[in-house]
Amino acid sequence: MSNIDNGVTEAAENKEAITSLLFQLADDDFLYAYRGSEWLGLAPHIEEDVASSSISQDSMGHAAMYYKLLEELGVGNADDLAHLRPAHERKNSIVTERVNGEGYYMETPNYDWAYQVVRSYFYTQAKKVKVESLCKSSYRPVAEAAVKVKMELYYHRLHWETWFKQLLSSTDVAKKKMNNAITLVMNDFGDMFSFGNQRQAIEKYKLIDSEEKLKENWIASIEPVFAALRLDVPPIPENPANNGRNGEHTVDLDEALLTLSEVYKVDPVASW
Amino acid sequence: MAISESVSIDRVYKILMNVKDPEIDSVSIIDLGMVEEVTHSGNSVKVVLLPTFLGCPALEIIKKNTIDAIKQLPEVGDVEVEFVFHPPWTSDRITEEGHANLRAFGIAPPPRHFEEDGSWHVDCAYCGSTYVTMENIFGPTACRSILYCKSCKNVFEAMKPVSTLL
Repeated sequence: MSNIDNGVTEAAENKEAITSLLFQLADDDFLYAYRGSEWLGLAPHIEEDVASSSISQDSMGHAAMYYKLLEELGVGNADDLAHLRPAHERKNSIVTERVNGEGYYMETPNYDWAYQVVRSYFYTQAKKVKVESLCKSSYRPVAEAAVKVKMELYYHRLHWETWFKQLLSSTDVAKKKMNNAITLVMNDFGDMFSFGNQRQAIEKYKLIDSEEKLKENWIASIEPVFAALRLDVPPIPENPANNGRNGEHTVDLDEALLTLSEVYKVDPVASW
Repeated sequence: MAISESVSIDRVYKILMNVKDPEIDSVSIIDLGMVEEVTHSGNSVKVVLLPTFLGCPALEIIKKNTIDAIKQLPEVGDVEVEFVFHPPWTSDRITEEGHANLRAFGIAPPPRHFEEDGSWHVDCAYCGSTYVTMENIFGPTACRSILYCKSCKNVFEAMKPVSTLL
């Protein structure tokens, strides 16, 4: 019984920090899954269409689970948290909200596959580093969830790493596009390992490793791949202009929320 | 008033054998190792299930089918189904019968063993040949991959291995 009591007391004390971290994890996967789903029917070949859809579906499942943990903390209904929060309350990283390229899905999507590969690979590696750390979180519900996410993530990471290596070992055009994409993704990567204004509490309660430790682990995890491609790991920008963890976002997020919550808002009590 | 029979956990498990994977109708949720616990209090039954993949869209259907199946037992009143992710579902929870029933559907069951480097191997679901290639690690559902058998020249699917070792 003492375990359960401890859990409750602990949760009460650091609830704000837990809530913030869960929103960061949930919103990241929610937007990442949404941007991934926009590739449906547009991916380079049919196998990729199948794979991308599976990865987006898994990622949406991860987001749903984090929103469920927030619901259990009494923050609100999971579906409402996913669909009804305005952009300035969202805590996802900037890179997860970015459009896939020029044009609109329903009209003339001129999406950038290199960008999607680089974004997905860098994001998935970051997610892996975080999830591995979360497996040891002081907050047990998130630690248990992380074990489950980690197993599914294994396949996502393998998938994106393969694309990343292959395109960067391909034609000059492919390499150029990939290098441009790396620059674009890294420009937005400054808040990936940020905990925003809850940093102190999140680190103090050992909910997850420190920002610095996660950055180190991310660099170490992709270094061998970069070395094999004779590339340097690009530096993670310091002090980003927009920090998604504090609700600072681009117009891309407004557009995304408008589209992805459109159906839900038509009838929020409907069962889908 | 009829004297109602008391709830038997064995009978509940037996009826759960009829709850099939909505996309693989030869395999039950028992075969898949999704049933973690069945408990009852009076005539109320509670079933704890483990989702295979978190984003699996079949979960709600499985939940409904589980409730409907158990309600067929006249001695049962309320039925509650809860999904938990601890312990995590792993593919080694699939039973021997589950392996046979997957093969009957044309799906190779997940491997029981991993090599030291984390790789694995499955044989053709149709002819059993070991001469197969991976076409796409992601298949028609999150839990499956697509392979090709160079012996019998059939495309077949395989359940992805899911393990805490990965």
